[in-house]
Amino acid sequence: MPAYKAPQKEKKLTMNARSEIVNQFKQVAQEQDKRLAPLTDGLELLNSGLDSLSFAILVTRLEDSLGIDPFTESEDAQFPVTFGDFVNLYEHVTK
Amino acid sequence: MNMLQNSSASLWEAVSNTVDACDPFLSSAEMRLSLRDLLSGSMLGGRCQELSGSSVVIAMTDQLIAAAALIELDGVARRMVLCPPDLPAEYLPSIVRSAEADAIVSDRIIQGPGTARVRSFIHCDGKITPKSYGSTDRYETEWVLLTSGTTGVPKLVVHTLASLTGAIDTGKPRNSHVIWSTFYDIRRYGGLQIFLRAMMTGSSLILSSAHKPTADFLARVGAHGVTHISGTPSHWRGALMSSSAHLIAPEYIRLSGEIADQSILNHLAQIYPQARIGHAFATTEAGVAFDVNDGITGFPSSVLRRTPEVEMKVENGSLRIRSARTASRYLDAEHGPLKDAEGFVDTTDMLDLRNDRYHFVGRRDGVINVGGLKVHPEEVEEVINRHPEVRMSLVRTKKNPITGALVVADVVLRAASGPEGDGDRQIQQEILMLCREELASHKVPATINFVATLAVGDSGKLIRRA
Repeated sequence: MPAYKAPQKEKKLTMNARSEIVNQFKQVAQEQDKRLAPLTDGLELLNSGLDSLSFAILVTRLEDSLGIDPFTESEDAQFPVTFGDFVNLYEHVTK
Repeated sequence: MNMLQNSSASLWEAVSNTVDACDPFLSSAEMRLSLRDLLSGSMLGGRCQELSGSSVVIAMTDQLIAAAALIELDGVARRMVLCPPDLPAEYLPSIVRSAEADAIVSDRIIQGPGTARVRSFIHCDGKITPKSYGSTDRYETEWVLLTSGTTGVPKLVVHTLASLTGAIDTGKPRNSHVIWSTFYDIRRYGGLQIFLRAMMTGSSLILSSAHKPTADFLARVGAHGVTHISGTPSHWRGALMSSSAHLIAPEYIRLSGEIADQSILNHLAQIYPQARIGHAFATTEAGVAFDVNDGITGFPSSVLRRTPEVEMKVENGSLRIRSARTASRYLDAEHGPLKDAEGFVDTTDMLDLRNDRYHFVGRRDGVINVGGLKVHPEEVEEVINRHPEVRMSLVRTKKNPITGALVVADVVLRAASGPEGDGDRQIQQEILMLCREELASHKVPATINFVATLAVGDSGKLIRRA
């Protein structure tokens, strides 16, 4: 396996992170045949209907579309628990 | 026939040595089983003795009933094959054939022409019935584990109770306060280690449930006061994304099955400050090699020289292991020898030495580890290449913070329809659809990139390592 290369940091700041995240949640849920719960900020991610493979795909797709992977940016980034945490994580990094 | 000498105890005997002092139990989401009760009866409908000297396929949906079958059959059967619960039904006939199975024990109805040679089917419903007495012949039972092969058909890996329990210290005073749990299924090597660890030392074990949410499992583990718990880094990342993570307060956390990166080690230390956190290196073929307990990713180079009972070396970049804990062979000779002439197992895990510490950097054969589940690139490429527009494809790993790695594919089309054309998008969807129909979900590429060419080596094979 080649050594991991840092993602290209051409951050597409113009894109609204939240709306892209919502789109990708819907897209991945549909592909993985999962029933997605309404995406409110208080929704616990593990109750969203997505499993860990779905989250893994979601993070990869968001890295492609937003140009960032906040989980890998820092070894000490907190794991998000709610949908609101998840959005914050991306908005925090894009700001 | 491998008849046992009196000196080596069966799993049943090991468990019976502990029940008086410790009264251990097994618990799943649906059931609690006292081992004392199990030892006084049978979960195989009292038909255990019928299987004396047989080759038995254990095809159980329920983990707890499978655990009971292992305890009853070790020392009685000549061979037991531990089918994981997600084994596709179409592979069962080839497993029955390779294992020369005489019997199938299952909690579901199994039929089909591929299993016609099997003379007994034993149905288990999880009830304990009186045991039968009969043959007292004892065997050194072969424990056969399944691991994924390049074509999708699992490889059958042969162990014994002795090789599987080689890393377990049974000499320590029995500690009845220890309660184990594992995110793994016990039919996989990592989970089987924990099952045997509990059974050999008189500890209780809380089993996971594949179809229940992680939060429910954590709540159950917390309610039982679990002290020792194991899982892959991906299992743990999933757990830390749950507000139920705070329901458990383990003394010991063990990671295995994937590279434990610094991020997950730091997170666990932060959430569970009271816990000792170790990451272990073990594979189905090579057995348990070593534990790392300093909280740092990778392992000190001295581990290679100073691990008791395990010889290790790095050759052509990959870790080789020789010990009494390795598997003895593959059941199908076609899978080739499991060890080299000197008895070393090549893990094909590539190591990189930096500042006197070894780090795992992937597999020589390109095998991708998605949350502890292996994916052979060839198997996925074969499916992608079935699409009529595809000339060739390369399936590779992409690092991922949730599952450690994900599968992605680079595809060369027969005719390029321009960059990101609508035609390409259509083909992308068709390839994904094909993969979803043919492959388990962790093997389906997360992204498909169209590329102009792929590098091919002098041997005519795709070059897998950049």
